[in-house]
Amino acid sequence: MKFQIPIGPQHPALKEPISLRMTVEGEVIVDADIRLGYNHRGVEKVAEEKNWTQNLYLSERICGICSHSHSTCYVQGVEKLMDIAPPPRGMYIRYLVSELERVHSHLLWLGVAGHEAGFDSFFMYTWRDREVVMDLLEMITGNRVHYAINAVGGVRRDLDDLQKAKVLEGVKILRERSVYYFRIGASEPSFVARIAGVGVLPLEKAVALCAVGPTARASGWARDVRKEDPYAVYGELEFDVPTADTCDVLGRVVVRVKELLESYKLIEQMIHKLPEGPIAAKVPRKAKPGEVVSRYEAPRGENLHYIKSNGTDKPERLKVRAPTLANYPATVEMLRSGFIADIPLIFAAIDPCICCAERAVVLTSARSGEESIVRLGDLRRQALERHQKAPLKRNAVWPF
Amino acid sequence: MLKKLARWSRIKSPWILHLNSGACNACDIEIVAALTPRFDVERFGILLKATPRHADVLVASGPVTRQMRDRIIRIYEQTPDPKFVIAVGACAMSGCVYRGAYNILGGLDQVIPVNMYVPGCPARPDAIVDGVVKLLGKL
Repeated sequence: MKFQIPIGPQHPALKEPISLRMTVEGEVIVDADIRLGYNHRGVEKVAEEKNWTQNLYLSERICGICSHSHSTCYVQGVEKLMDIAPPPRGMYIRYLVSELERVHSHLLWLGVAGHEAGFDSFFMYTWRDREVVMDLLEMITGNRVHYAINAVGGVRRDLDDLQKAKVLEGVKILRERSVYYFRIGASEPSFVARIAGVGVLPLEKAVALCAVGPTARASGWARDVRKEDPYAVYGELEFDVPTADTCDVLGRVVVRVKELLESYKLIEQMIHKLPEGPIAAKVPRKAKPGEVVSRYEAPRGENLHYIKSNGTDKPERLKVRAPTLANYPATVEMLRSGFIADIPLIFAAIDPCICCAERAVVLTSARSGEESIVRLGDLRRQALERHQKAPLKRNAVWPF
Repeated sequence: MLKKLARWSRIKSPWILHLNSGACNACDIEIVAALTPRFDVERFGILLKATPRHADVLVASGPVTRQMRDRIIRIYEQTPDPKFVIAVGACAMSGCVYRGAYNILGGLDQVIPVNMYVPGCPARPDAIVDGVVKLLGKL
């Protein structure tokens, strides 16, 4: 007999509103359905009303954890459109922040994974050490979470010698701790027993379902935009793309801890190689008409922004494809034939960032050649109409 | 006497529910950071609870999306009295950068009554701790 179990939008296992409908047969999941839309804010449409500089702050607020990823991905595209090259020092500082962000994001995830596996002291340990990198980020950029370090044509703040020394010092502490976490994550018997063999995603499935980031790398598929298509400073730096071939949650833990170690290497190289010079270039107010696709390796995988300009000071279209969205099909595959108790763990293992993935799509047949323009006012009217018609669902009455 | 005891226990150990009403995650990770060793609000007896039926304080973050409106009202109704709501971050106060977007109601107070606002985009953990402690002082 089959049952449907709804999980979310407000559920202890989820940190963000999303609805998962699990069809179960006894304890085993037969099918999973992911329903989005609870966190859809309409960022892409709002972006069309703001100018290039204002959109930096908006794109940062697509997501709070990988905020620098979105803003860097956007600013890369805008710089390509405007045909300007930021000075090397600005580039190094920008990507230094992006590596520090990767460190903070992975430490955060490690804690959450530990929490979902029932290992709460691991959660508290990693979050304590995460404060080290948060302090570094605050020192460099002035903010803890939304760094706002990017400017079109460079960065906003410079780095002095004392700050450089502090970053190196912080990295030293973090490396020591990460090696310790690696030992726990890969050899602590009870933790390994909980996560090994859970949420299996074989390599051919990962390729077929277009998984990205650590999820793909844990299935033995070495995909990394920084290596495949080295943007900005990554061509000048040495690092490896860690992979694992266990294809399960254990592999994802191992890949992320190894990535932490690679990030420390990158941070040290960037600090040592930091060139002299200005940090930002002068930029025009308007961009030339054209379109551009910008790729960026966010902590969760490949982030993609498509920007179209019509020659004014505002974008005509900003399309965001966040890594979590690319990982959803793979998640359904991982959940299938798993147990109910594994749902939080499997779902957390892709490091879901639901607010990144909440994009609206209008489907039309590709052959029809139909084109349509939807204005912000139209969307607002549609949204109002839809929600006025829908009655407010009160609390369900307890039947007994 | 019993009332006094209830009031004392509420001040000494308020249980919170973290409610995400369409936030960008930034306030959420700062709320969780406030619960972890550096800031550690558990020393004030504050515990994170999984269900609204156990909670005294709703800590909400994010501009209210239309899709979440009904759910927020339902969660608010499920919370036993007396209940308090803390709106964390500029979004929960007024909508922040999303103000004017078609799917945003703009601010938590459009939907449920709010007792305390913590400003910031995102609010720092220290500010959240300060907000919670000030709310406890008002009880």
